[in-house]
Amino acid sequence: MLHYTLSRLGLAVLIVSVAMLILFSMIYLIPGDPAAVALGPRATAAMREALRIKMGLDQPVWVQFWNFFINAWQGDLGNEVLSDRPVSRVVLEQLPYTLALIAGGMVWSVALGIPLGCWAAVKRGSLADRLVGVLSVAVIAVPSFVVAIYALLIFAVSLRWLPAIGAGEPDDLGDQLVHLILPSIAVGLGWVGYIARMVRASMLEVLEAQHIRTARAFGLPDNQITYQYALTIAILPTITLLGVGIGQMLSSAVFAEIVFARPGVGKLVYDAILTRNYPLVTGAVLVTTVLFVLINLVADLIVGALDPRVRSSF
Amino acid sequence: MAEPLGALGIILVLLVVGGAVFADLIASADPNKIAPRDRFLSPSIDHLMGTDQLGRDLFARVLHGGRIALSVALFATAASLAVGIVLGLIAGYGPRWLDNIMILVFDALKSFPTVMLALALVTLFGPSLTAVVVVVVLVNVPGYARIIRTQTLALKSAEFVTAAQSMGAGAGRILRVHVLPNVIGPLLILASMDIPVVIAIEAGMSFLGLGVRPPTPSWGAILNDGFTAIRDTPWIAVAGGLPIILTTLGFTFLGEALRDVFDPRLKGRG
Repeated sequence: MLHYTLSRLGLAVLIVSVAMLILFSMIYLIPGDPAAVALGPRATAAMREALRIKMGLDQPVWVQFWNFFINAWQGDLGNEVLSDRPVSRVVLEQLPYTLALIAGGMVWSVALGIPLGCWAAVKRGSLADRLVGVLSVAVIAVPSFVVAIYALLIFAVSLRWLPAIGAGEPDDLGDQLVHLILPSIAVGLGWVGYIARMVRASMLEVLEAQHIRTARAFGLPDNQITYQYALTIAILPTITLLGVGIGQMLSSAVFAEIVFARPGVGKLVYDAILTRNYPLVTGAVLVTTVLFVLINLVADLIVGALDPRVRSSF
Repeated sequence: MAEPLGALGIILVLLVVGGAVFADLIASADPNKIAPRDRFLSPSIDHLMGTDQLGRDLFARVLHGGRIALSVALFATAASLAVGIVLGLIAGYGPRWLDNIMILVFDALKSFPTVMLALALVTLFGPSLTAVVVVVVLVNVPGYARIIRTQTLALKSAEFVTAAQSMGAGAGRILRVHVLPNVIGPLLILASMDIPVVIAIEAGMSFLGLGVRPPTPSWGAILNDGFTAIRDTPWIAVAGGLPIILTTLGFTFLGEALRDVFDPRLKGRG
């Protein structure tokens, strides 16, 4: 397990480093002088030159990259343009809202997807199975921002059942949860489908395994076989899938935050683009990327801990 | 996946493609004609889907939006395939160190959340169709290249490849004549199943104002117009969202059915 953990960790560090290199090349390739963009059209040449030196733009490219690289690994992503506050602070302030949204999306997808997939597998070939199959494909296909707009239109604007904008009162947990319902559905709905399909497929495989047949031969009750012996194994691929899913939910969260006017990293990046606050853009993109890599690492380690076959194949 | 669903997929896809191709014939109105006196009209016989904040006919805009969605999807998918195939062949047939570096870059690209990558790239290209195509290529290529790479690796030591090598065929000829025809099938199926995703990326970026520039009709842009006016004139949002839903569903159902036909091993599996 130690070997597996270390090699997965090393790979994650490498991937993040390459991601940093890609991001840095993007910043470097942005047309125009970053100092001029940051200061606006009314700055004098001397002011621009001073900022260029402060930002290290007078140094060779590889020195600039090395500084960016070292600083980023230490959590220093530079200062944002408008208020000169550290980018990492600004991003971390918004991160909890996005994480809450993703957690909400995961709750929907797991709470609905696992039972649906399990049910479809047990009732294989029945009408219920087909219905779950069609619905899964349908919710996977429809993009989350359309779900967000239609959810807003139906449940907030027309029926007025749920609030349309904001994250709720800061001190009122109930109010925050109510504000979380629609955005988290928009983020999680597609994943109900993914997880239902995944659980169904892996349940079908597990239900034919030797130890399940043995359990049947011993006359154990059906429910015990399905939920205790089969599901615990069939759920493993779902953990890996959820790791990937969180990356896509991060994408959906950007739309959900904009549509429902919620604070969060997605809204932050979007607003930063409109104001050309580029250090904030790259910083926030880097933070979400690291988050995604970390989550995948954790998912892999959990699966590795639960399933010895994964460890040995690495 | 049951056949009826595949048939439904074909019908939906034909509807969308037909609507896009014959947009001028089906909708007589000009999709970009601004008519201030006809602002925010609700759906009627004259305007089947109503009009938007500039008095433009939404039905005409939706049909013409199909042209943008489909042409971007085809072009961006073709570009991803071309880049993915070349890179995959190089990674699979080239030296080991190059393979390792390329895999690492693919993994790094895949570790960016799609929309975050799109937002970062817009800082580079500005809001444009170019940005949309670049995002699609960067999102698709790692997956495509990996498939080609894995299969190329497997074929590298096959007897007929060794035979070609011993007869003096160069790397280019081997890859083009002996490897490519054997690896491209599964990739094409995968790419056809990615078309709804590509359509969603274009619509999503246009929704955020980062893709197609106004006044070009795009489903995402119409959806954004509808979002802005959602409290008073909900039909604009409905008109923008409906074609996206129908198109992604149509292509997905069709893709699932096609996959079952071409690759029966996957039938009924995740």
